[in-house]
Amino acid sequence: MSLETPSAVVTAGAAVFAESLVGQAVETVPVAWRPPAGDPAALAAVMGDRRRPGANARAVEAMLATRARLVDVLPAAQVLHLERGELLHAGPPVTWERTSGPMRGALVGALLLEGSADSPEAAERLLRAGAVSWEPCHARGAVGPMAGVVSPSMWMFCLRDEATGHESWCSLNEGLGKVLRYGAYGKEVIDRLQWMGAVLGPLLQHAVRATGPVDVTALVAQMVQMGDEGHNRNRAGTLMFLRELLPALIGSGFPTADVSDAVRFVSGNDHFFLNLVMPTCKLMSLAAAGVPGSSVVTVMSRNGTDFGIQTSGTGERWFTAPANTPEGLFLGGYGPEDANPDIGDSAITETAGLGGMSMATAPAIVRLVGGSVADALATTQRMYDLTVTENPAFAIPVLEFRGAPTGIDVTSVVRSRVLPQINTGMAGRVAGTGQVGAGLVTPPMGCFTQALDALAASVAPPDMRRPGPG
Amino acid sequence: MRHLELRTGAYVDSVSLMQVSRRLSALDGVRSAMVAMATDLNVVLAAGMGFDVPDASPTEMLVAVDATDEAALAEALADLAAALLASSRPDEGGFGSAPAPLTVRAAAARVDAATVALVSTPGEWAFADAVDAVDAGLHAMVFSDNVPVEQEVALKDRAAAAGVLVMGPDCGTALIGGVGLGFANVVRPGPVGLVAASGTGAQHLMSLLDANDVGISHCLGVGGRDLSTLVGGRSTLQALDLLDLDDATSLIVVVSKPPAPEVAAAVRAHADRLRTPVLLALLGPGQPDLTETAAAVVAAAGGTWTAPEHWPGSVERGRPGGALRGLFAGGTLCEEAMLVATERLGPVYSNIPLDPRWAVGVDLSLHDHHALLDLGDDRLTRGRPHPMIDPSTRVGLLRAQIADPHTSVLLLDVVLGLGAEPDPAGELEPVVRVATAERVPVVVGLVGTRDDPQGLRSQAARLVDAGAWVHLSNAAAARCALDLLAGGAR
Repeated sequence: MSLETPSAVVTAGAAVFAESLVGQAVETVPVAWRPPAGDPAALAAVMGDRRRPGANARAVEAMLATRARLVDVLPAAQVLHLERGELLHAGPPVTWERTSGPMRGALVGALLLEGSADSPEAAERLLRAGAVSWEPCHARGAVGPMAGVVSPSMWMFCLRDEATGHESWCSLNEGLGKVLRYGAYGKEVIDRLQWMGAVLGPLLQHAVRATGPVDVTALVAQMVQMGDEGHNRNRAGTLMFLRELLPALIGSGFPTADVSDAVRFVSGNDHFFLNLVMPTCKLMSLAAAGVPGSSVVTVMSRNGTDFGIQTSGTGERWFTAPANTPEGLFLGGYGPEDANPDIGDSAITETAGLGGMSMATAPAIVRLVGGSVADALATTQRMYDLTVTENPAFAIPVLEFRGAPTGIDVTSVVRSRVLPQINTGMAGRVAGTGQVGAGLVTPPMGCFTQALDALAASVAPPDMRRPGPG
Repeated sequence: MRHLELRTGAYVDSVSLMQVSRRLSALDGVRSAMVAMATDLNVVLAAGMGFDVPDASPTEMLVAVDATDEAALAEALADLAAALLASSRPDEGGFGSAPAPLTVRAAAARVDAATVALVSTPGEWAFADAVDAVDAGLHAMVFSDNVPVEQEVALKDRAAAAGVLVMGPDCGTALIGGVGLGFANVVRPGPVGLVAASGTGAQHLMSLLDANDVGISHCLGVGGRDLSTLVGGRSTLQALDLLDLDDATSLIVVVSKPPAPEVAAAVRAHADRLRTPVLLALLGPGQPDLTETAAAVVAAAGGTWTAPEHWPGSVERGRPGGALRGLFAGGTLCEEAMLVATERLGPVYSNIPLDPRWAVGVDLSLHDHHALLDLGDDRLTRGRPHPMIDPSTRVGLLRAQIADPHTSVLLLDVVLGLGAEPDPAGELEPVVRVATAERVPVVVGLVGTRDDPQGLRSQAARLVDAGAWVHLSNAAAARCALDLLAGGAR
């Protein structure tokens, strides 16, 4: 680059130098600098890693190139080879002793659903005794909202990215209130799950197979322009999805009562489409995974006890720290003391640039999560400073159709001490309660500083003996 | 009554905190106040003010106030809250405007027109900010000191690959196409391009050239370590190439403290291959001083050299006691004065000694030695503003020197220009008057140009009025001090 009179100068640090430039009629762009979190040597190693810019560019390019299609609906036993006595759950791995109330409630409910136990007490005994095994959904490429518990008989959306051959799966959304994913396991919960297995699953399978693969990425792109951020608001997405399948549902030949029940169920559940946004986002993050030297976050997930993240450059290794408790608004008579710490794989939406990262596109729900429209606009614009790129496919109209902030860079989080914004539901602390509210939450910084240390350990030390450019 | 607290999660840069401290100290009912990040040095300073500081980390903010009564303390703390709020500068934009960028990368992405980044963040973190600049295709001026040398090497290699220049770390001065970055004097444009491994050396040279109507195209700082064996002149060689390609530059001058011999040889060899003539001004024993170099550059540029002005002071010989004491804001100016002084005096002690045997400890006790200190040295600036921005440390040390019976003559530099404090002569005037009253002559090497915001002539006049000897040549100031020490002005 040649030597020309600078018309604008970026300044970081002492304000006196920026002022001196302003006095010389030079535009300045001052950085809101704060001392970073974490180990200075680790940060220097990762920042100095010559692979990083290219690796991060490759990772986010792969994210943006992902095209998620819904190709089938099948029971978990069939697509995830989940055997009797095997369960999946949200978040990083967790032992029974450390599981939270809603996670315990959901595991109990799943055993009741599978007929493995005939009472909650019996189910708890099995879980405590280690007679049942459970592992993260992410370990099998699946995702689950809130407790995210999947048992063999549950029907799953099957999504596929043709270009890479990657697949991801997610269960069918049960609705709001007393539901398994929020830790409820009463009779109404189990009855609903049984109906979903007996009626809704087969009906959706028929409709998807009859309609042909549904381009979910395209639906997500449209919903983002219709006021859905894809995590706490999925209303437009749900209705567009129903519109896609409606002719096939009507023409399915299934009993009319079943079809109308199914249509009423889906259209009455504004979050039905969340369970399609999530695996779409998981496919994006799978595409970005495993690029050596990349500091892009590929998983953010919580089990109600711990928050865990994974990065592209460190593979499937979890970096965990105790989960924060969301702040926001509460249903009915519930209050902050009833809320469980953050839970669910649904932060995969933020990992892929949606949810809280794209808060600006969903002004309709800012009050639900306890904010203002101005906060929403500021939040998304701040998130651009944490991400490697913008996703032009997910364009936010109010920001002049700027793309969703995508590809969270561990180094940017650690350096700015600003954490990714997550929109979320809140589960009751006590097993069996269900949903108590919705709000905002951030990951703990400890996940990011640990990831930074691991990324630093993967960098070869610089060779000081290399001669200079002369 | 004494109030001490540590605040976590609050970060404000050291210059802004210095301004806050000053504002609090000036309040009625406040005996002393210090608001600073809790670095080791600042904790020691607070202890010196009589505060017992518990274990603290440099990311915590130390608030120490000594007030006459509770009401005064409450007022001071309220004032502090208001000052911190003002210094945090909330976003001024309206509804929907973007918050201030969080990183250099984000800032560079906001404004396409940016071509340079000026990084003055604490040294242990500055590498990340500079890498951002380089990756965004910006030249990076890194004012920060205390940056590990292996990070400097990595940064410069990355910059070379990206085709941009890293100026620094520990680069105080740069001038690009007429825009001064960091500490810079206001000079007219002209044919001379500077490559400077020494900030104040470059400022002095530019000021002397400007006084002789020889203008400057660019001054590219490279950082004080660039010509060391480890760094190998990486930025110097790149800067030479940039100036060689620059149409406005017809004469290149490289100014540096003594370089590693093999690096000096590499620079010479590289310079010989350029189209543009290169003059090497490498300070050292037996080498021309900065003033002599300026004369040579003026001659090479076809100008006529006029010796720098000077004005006599009111105390005409050194106080009995025998020791020369100097307190410098500029490292190269200190080094140049030591080279001049040691020829006549032999050992001259310092925190940046010419000979390791003449080192001064961290407690800065000087015994009966001749001593010249560089107050801008890395070890003395951790968590504090540079003495060219904050004169308070130097004023305190000057008073201590006057009180020391060994002190015979005081030697100072005063550097004007952009980035420097607005009225250094005003800050020094009271202490110069004290010295004059105590019959200790004060000699000032004044570096600045006629167009500097502080006003070269008015600053000189104030210092002379207070009794100081003032020279616009630092080397001449040093010789003047030696003459006074030897028994009187020649």
